[in-house]
Amino acid sequence: MKILIVDDFSTMRRIIKNLLRDLGFTNTAEADDGTTALPMLQSGSFDFLVTDWNMPGMTGIDLLRAVRADERLKTLPVLMVTAEAKRDQIIEAAQAGVNGYVVKPFTAQVLKEKIEKIFERVNG
Amino acid sequence: MEHKDSPQGDLESTLKQSARQLVDSLEKGNFGEAVQLIHELNKARDRGLYQEVGKLTRELHNAIVNFQIDPRVPHATEVSQITDATERLNYVVTMTENAANKTMDLVEQSAPLINELNDEAHSLSADWGRFMRREMSADGFRELAKRVEAFLARSERDSAKLSGHMNDILLAQDFQDLTGQVIKRVTQLVTEVESNLLKLVLMASSVDQIAGIEHNHELLRAEQEQQKMPSSGEGPQIHADKRDDVASNQDDVDDLLSSLGF
Repeated sequence: MKILIVDDFSTMRRIIKNLLRDLGFTNTAEADDGTTALPMLQSGSFDFLVTDWNMPGMTGIDLLRAVRADERLKTLPVLMVTAEAKRDQIIEAAQAGVNGYVVKPFTAQVLKEKIEKIFERVNG
Repeated sequence: MEHKDSPQGDLESTLKQSARQLVDSLEKGNFGEAVQLIHELNKARDRGLYQEVGKLTRELHNAIVNFQIDPRVPHATEVSQITDATERLNYVVTMTENAANKTMDLVEQSAPLINELNDEAHSLSADWGRFMRREMSADGFRELAKRVEAFLARSERDSAKLSGHMNDILLAQDFQDLTGQVIKRVTQLVTEVESNLLKLVLMASSVDQIAGIEHNHELLRAEQEQQKMPSSGEGPQIHADKRDDVASNQDDVDDLLSSLGF
């Protein structure tokens, strides 16, 4: 299971990386915005994408749309972990095809639940 | 009356007085006098306008002095309060980032120590159980005794290390005091700037009034709304629990998503 973590703050990437490792996912890579993440996704064989929303360059919602528009990436499970909490934004992400939405600040338990739920649905 | 002292008050009373005279003159058929009155009205209006513009300029100058920006040298070596505030906030970003990294370093160093202690304790207690149930040979026991001795030494050493890490994690939180002070000062500056700007807006509005300029506020607001990129993100929401258009926690998000069929 190879996971790409996209967030413009290195501390947040590190927190997510550590939490994922605790959940048994040790194969992770990092990117600091959508512009760097998209080519990584297109060339690497990632199984899962965890992305922030608000980033310079390319935002998480645009990255999500780019992933869904890419023939080879469109089924990639995407979890959004973000401080963006407006109802309109959550609906926007859902319509763009997000698989899970976690608002910051979050707990390890919430992250675990959402990831498990996504894989249940993907595998089921 | 204070109202009379203000330029609008002056202008208003001149206007009223002259208007009556104007009507009188016109009714009497005295057109020369009427034109003269209109000319004087114009002059009064211009005078008020100049006065207000003058005041506005003075206020603007005061505001610039208050912000300590040298208008002749925009990129002066002497830092303005705004530049200073920007630097202070950058300092907060650096401090908090350093503290977060330091804390995570220490946690990452501590986790394997705890895991190893836990694994070894687990394996020792299994062997200890075999010994208690007399399922162990004399050689096996000698081996176990050595491992117990090594484990005790290791526990002592590693728990001292862990306790050191805990202390360092505690100390890494000292940024809160410093960043708190910095943020309070910047907040104070922002409040000052806001009240100075408000004064300028009030002055400018009296210029507008005398000059007869009207702004279409609704149009301006609509233009600003349009400039806001809907998908660029807004960052964390403050007072999320008091707003209807914002999810205040993960349960809210989950409810919303499930109502959408997620």
